Amino acid sequence: MLIRKKPDLTYADLTPKAVYLDRRKFLKDAGLLGTAAVAGRSLWRLASPASNAFAASKLTVASKSPFSTTEKQNTYDDVSHYNNYYEFGVDKTEPAKNAGTLITAPWTVSIEGEVNKPRKITIDEILKLAPLEERIYRHRCVEAWSIVVPWIGYSFSELVKTVEPTPKAKYVAFESFYDRKVMPLAPYAGIEFPYVEGLRLDEAMNPLTLLCVGMYGETLPNQDGAPMRITVPWKYGFKSAKSLVKIRFTKDQPPTTWSRMAPNEYGFYANVNPRVDHPRWSQAKERRLGEFFKRDTLMFNGYGDQVAGLYNGLDLKKYY
Amino acid sequence: MRAFLISKWSKAAVVLIGLVPIASLVWRAFHNGLTANPIEFITHATGDWTLRFVVITLCITPLRRLVQLPDLIRFRRTLGLFAFFYGCLHFTTYIWLDKFFDLHAVWIDVYKRPYITVGFTAFVLMIPLAVTSTAGWIRRMGGKNWRLLHRAIYFIAIFGVIHYYWLVKSAVIRPLTYGAIVAVLLLWRVADKYWPRSGATKTAPVSSQPQKAQA
Repeated sequence: MLIRKKPDLTYADLTPKAVYLDRRKFLKDAGLLGTAAVAGRSLWRLASPASNAFAASKLTVASKSPFSTTEKQNTYDDVSHYNNYYEFGVDKTEPAKNAGTLITAPWTVSIEGEVNKPRKITIDEILKLAPLEERIYRHRCVEAWSIVVPWIGYSFSELVKTVEPTPKAKYVAFESFYDRKVMPLAPYAGIEFPYVEGLRLDEAMNPLTLLCVGMYGETLPNQDGAPMRITVPWKYGFKSAKSLVKIRFTKDQPPTTWSRMAPNEYGFYANVNPRVDHPRWSQAKERRLGEFFKRDTLMFNGYGDQVAGLYNGLDLKKYY
Repeated sequence: MRAFLISKWSKAAVVLIGLVPIASLVWRAFHNGLTANPIEFITHATGDWTLRFVVITLCITPLRRLVQLPDLIRFRRTLGLFAFFYGCLHFTTYIWLDKFFDLHAVWIDVYKRPYITVGFTAFVLMIPLAVTSTAGWIRRMGGKNWRLLHRAIYFIAIFGVIHYYWLVKSAVIRPLTYGAIVAVLLLWRVADKYWPRSGATKTAPVSSQPQKAQA
């Protein structure tokens, strides 16, 4: 009755998509060009960091989520080539070109602050902490565009349980990876790095708050926040910090990047709210990528049933 | 050099170069090159080129003097009209693809959003300059009045930079770069007026003999 357990695969071992997509081409090339040429090209590819960095790997999803919308999803191409990731350039198309320099394996996230069990957790441990779900969420940017994305991950609360926040913990701060050497455009972005976002602890514990490790059945592309990000679908996109390296539980509201940079424009809460305009533009409507006409923006981005209760008695015009 | 500058080919070359940005947009439209948000891309591209052509137009007068090529004046109108052309495309994109001719929403924007107020003002100021850009209008208005009216381009440039500066979220380097260039171009004019270099040949901003009207 001895069944030998297979050695566990790690994040780094997952087959890069570029490689499995390339197998067929590889065979074809081999016939046409001869093995020598292909071998040379493959060596070149191994040596070139870009192909490694842009590779996505398949993830096994245990279940679909009842939180998923049935709205039409945006294409993978849209979601991976229209990004705000200011560390890699401020134009929407720049992160897809530049994020290849980010090395996502190995990857460790430090969980610290007001917790009984602070820990450093690797991306491989994170992938195994809870069953992965697919969650098709609306994602509404503060710039008045939106997308529908099939994210992969599990509720952030699963991770929180393992570190046991102390009674003093009232907020969670999320800090993104920052290294000027791999992010040479960052100094031109006009915001301070590392990027920090935050939530109230009860917001973070809401089951909608997703610890996100993938999209479209695969690991995240770098420009979408590989290897791990937070996804908070009822808030403007800038709250959903990418490529996390630190999660800190705090007594006080953490200073967050955009609200420090322009407090009158970007609040700590940043709940999607069609009735509270950005000082410079209206938030009443949005352009869903791929659609010609604008659509009305929904209160809490349509997640009011799950989250409106978090804000009972809070003046959402004051706490935007 | 001068022979080329005064030949009809040089004007044709300027027109062709001025059409490159719109040709590039059309090419991108057919080659999946307008990103996932084409309307935003077109809005930004046409806005960028409006400001660039305003700046290029403002370069003509200093350049004529600094590199001693007074014949560059032949291209100023064409370049200015290209600024207006891209400005029209920019405005049309906004009013059509962003607002869908909802004039009430446009009015609220113009009234309530300072970056649109100032951008809209710059666009409106360009209209009389484009209309009066012909040799006939220079004659009708007289050189002095015409020159006075066309100084509006200084404000158009300043408003254009402010429009850009006020709309970016945080990356102010690009609008500030345009701002610095416009500042240099305008300060050069101030310096030239109050401290003219001795011995420099003064070239009239508009040639007293109206050129043959060729746009």
